[in-house]
Amino acid sequence: MLKALNRSKILWPLVALAILLLFNLFFTPNFFRMEIMEGHLFGNLIDIIKNAAPIMLLAIGLTLVIATHGIDISVGSVVAISAGVVAMLIGGDLEGNTRFPIAFAMAVALLVCTTAGMWNGMLVSRIGMQPIVATLILFVAGRGIAMVTTNAMVIWLYAEPFAYLGQGYLLGLPFSIYIVVFLLLATFLATRKTALGMFIEAVGINPTATRFAGINSKNILFGVYAFSGFCAGVSGLIVCSTVMSADGNNAGNLFELDAILAVVLGGTSLNGGRFFLLGSMVGALIIQTLTTTIYAFNVPPEISQVVKALVVYGVSLLQSDRLQVALAGVLGRREAA
Amino acid sequence: MSESAPILEINKINKYFPGVRALFNVDFRLFKGEVHTIMGQNGAGKSTLVKVLTGVHKHDSGEMLLEGKSIRPDSPLAAQKLGISTVYQEINLCPNLSVAENIFVGRQPMKLGRIDWKELNHRAEEALSRLHISIDVTQLLSSYSIAIQQMVAIVRVLDVSSKILVLDEPTSSLDETEVEQLFKVIRKLRDDGLAILFITHFLDQTYRISDRITILRNGELVGEFKTEALPKLELIAKMLGKELSEFSYDITGGESRKEITGADREAKNLLQVKELGLRGRIAPFSLDLDEGEVLGLAGLLGSGRTEMARLIFGIEVANRGEIHVRGKKKDINAPRAAMLAGMGFCSEDRKNEGVFSELTVRENIILALQGARGIFRYIPKKKQLEIADELIKSLDIKTPSANNEAGQLSGGNQQKLMLARWLATNPFILILDEPTRGIDVGAKVEVMELVLNLSRQGMGVIFISSEFEELIRCSTKIAVLKDKEKIAELSGEEMSESGIMHAIAGGK
Repeated sequence: MLKALNRSKILWPLVALAILLLFNLFFTPNFFRMEIMEGHLFGNLIDIIKNAAPIMLLAIGLTLVIATHGIDISVGSVVAISAGVVAMLIGGDLEGNTRFPIAFAMAVALLVCTTAGMWNGMLVSRIGMQPIVATLILFVAGRGIAMVTTNAMVIWLYAEPFAYLGQGYLLGLPFSIYIVVFLLLATFLATRKTALGMFIEAVGINPTATRFAGINSKNILFGVYAFSGFCAGVSGLIVCSTVMSADGNNAGNLFELDAILAVVLGGTSLNGGRFFLLGSMVGALIIQTLTTTIYAFNVPPEISQVVKALVVYGVSLLQSDRLQVALAGVLGRREAA
Repeated sequence: MSESAPILEINKINKYFPGVRALFNVDFRLFKGEVHTIMGQNGAGKSTLVKVLTGVHKHDSGEMLLEGKSIRPDSPLAAQKLGISTVYQEINLCPNLSVAENIFVGRQPMKLGRIDWKELNHRAEEALSRLHISIDVTQLLSSYSIAIQQMVAIVRVLDVSSKILVLDEPTSSLDETEVEQLFKVIRKLRDDGLAILFITHFLDQTYRISDRITILRNGELVGEFKTEALPKLELIAKMLGKELSEFSYDITGGESRKEITGADREAKNLLQVKELGLRGRIAPFSLDLDEGEVLGLAGLLGSGRTEMARLIFGIEVANRGEIHVRGKKKDINAPRAAMLAGMGFCSEDRKNEGVFSELTVRENIILALQGARGIFRYIPKKKQLEIADELIKSLDIKTPSANNEAGQLSGGNQQKLMLARWLATNPFILILDEPTRGIDVGAKVEVMELVLNLSRQGMGVIFISSEFEELIRCSTKIAVLKDKEKIAELSGEEMSESGIMHAIAGGK
């Protein structure tokens, strides 16, 4: 069991998360307290998952991109585009009247974001641009596009039904959690119950050999970037719905870094190859738990980033092969190679 | 040979890389006013010797004497300062600068702190005219042919203090008239008293340009010869390390493939290649492959064997000619198209173009078959394991289980793994580029037996090997290549080492 866990790479992220939670158990009063109010669950744990949802969604798409030995740093900007488009189409009417139906607005936002992802995919797969350069373009331009959609202002939304996405509850749990689980499950099935996952890993490990094996690696690359754009779109809808506003400048700002970190913490290597969707989710939870802990401890804001960095450093160290070999040696259960 | 003392003398030089002895007690001499060619197969030590001379690598022992003085350049720049000028295979020039700028970049004539353009262009013209080249030096380099660019590269490295000019494969991307242009320049420089070290794969060019030939094999010196005293056939024999007398007997004792061709003339044609070619890569060639045939591709390194295979499999797309598979014309513009037409291809570069070291053995085997089926017609894990286990058993791939990482397998087993990947797709044409390279003798025999078995079952195989012996043992016919061109096709009694040698040497 332990061996299987170790091979799937989920062990160490889980250990890190457990340590963080254990720390809180002892040092943060009421950290694990749950209350039921009006049939909804409330508490720090629920908040962590709820707040982590946008990053988790980004991490799902990014996991596949990173598995192909790529990167997508434009996702934060695409979040802003998604929020901007949906807010523009719903409109800031104080009475809560919508300019277009909410479902239509959401569909258009997702379409725009997927197109943005396709643009990245086109640059990487057809033109052969380096992924970081290709997505840097949208990283910069995306903010501009988002500003255009919101007319360089913050749009406030008053259409109540739209708030359900980010603030609503279903069966006692925040609705956004269901979205994450649904997308995660769908992605898992699409990659592991078809050949897609293997093809993605093959492209990440050895693109030439993949091509020689008769696989159209360009289409695979194109697809993962498009999907990453879609995921960023979903994430943007939730971000917008949570705060009921769209801010082209700040929505999704620096999300790409947290999302990349979540994927890496989850065990997927930036060198491409094997990917671990569940690991990425745990990675996102680690990041959010950390943030919540720092708030709960009233760590002065001027050093909170340093604390965060130190913990991330520790988790990364836990995952390094060398340290693991050393640890395993100490624990005396080193597997024969 | 009672010339004056050599300008360059290399004595008993040794160079080791981790685990490899690249040069072992190699001697080499270079005289003023001569063109000296170094020849040898891949891994013979040609490029290592040149790199030691030009300061890219440092030798471990032995000495280098330039005009009697011991030298030990520790960088290309140091070598250049000593008077050893080198033009590398890939032209290291800036296509977006003018010819004159390219020649003098880094040492432009200055006037009042600014570049003296008039002087620069004038000097560039002068330098080129010494080689009887008159072109507009203010034009962009990219507006000229590769041959002219090559000459600009030569002019760039030459200056008054140059004693030795090293040309590393300068002709590999030139066509015939361009080669002659370049040779004119080289002869002119030679007659001016420069010592020229020439490296090439092309046999004919060696004979056209060199005065002297040094042959290396496996890092050791085979000998130094005057060109006119070394017949082509002998040169080839020495490069391959066989005595000429060995060629005179044919391998009739070994397994002969003639029975198969003779017995079954009804065999159906699988592959017909008509005048397929790609400019700059390989001259148009035609091939025929019937059921149960093994077509061997013979030739020295760089003769175009790999290019031929890659063109057929669509890795590089031909710009002329046709491919017919089972009588139907196919448009092979990508490996995928070739695969769907019924072909399989094992690259000579297992590591970079074949094996996925971090995927499991099972995934490595299943990948091409799954690729052919597409993403959605997923082969269930259980079925995958069945296919993998069966191939692991039939090819005797040594792995603890189908779920181990492929990177842990030995070279020979990785080679069989690649064969397994293609056999899983059930192809009727299999192209194997150096499947026996870098694996131990036992595995070599296994791979060859596999090739024979497959052909007996009716598969058509194209088999590339540097070992003529292997080709003769496996093939029903052999196409011989030289200098990126198919020059002969041998079958029956002609298939012998001496037959191949004679074909390459160009005389019967």
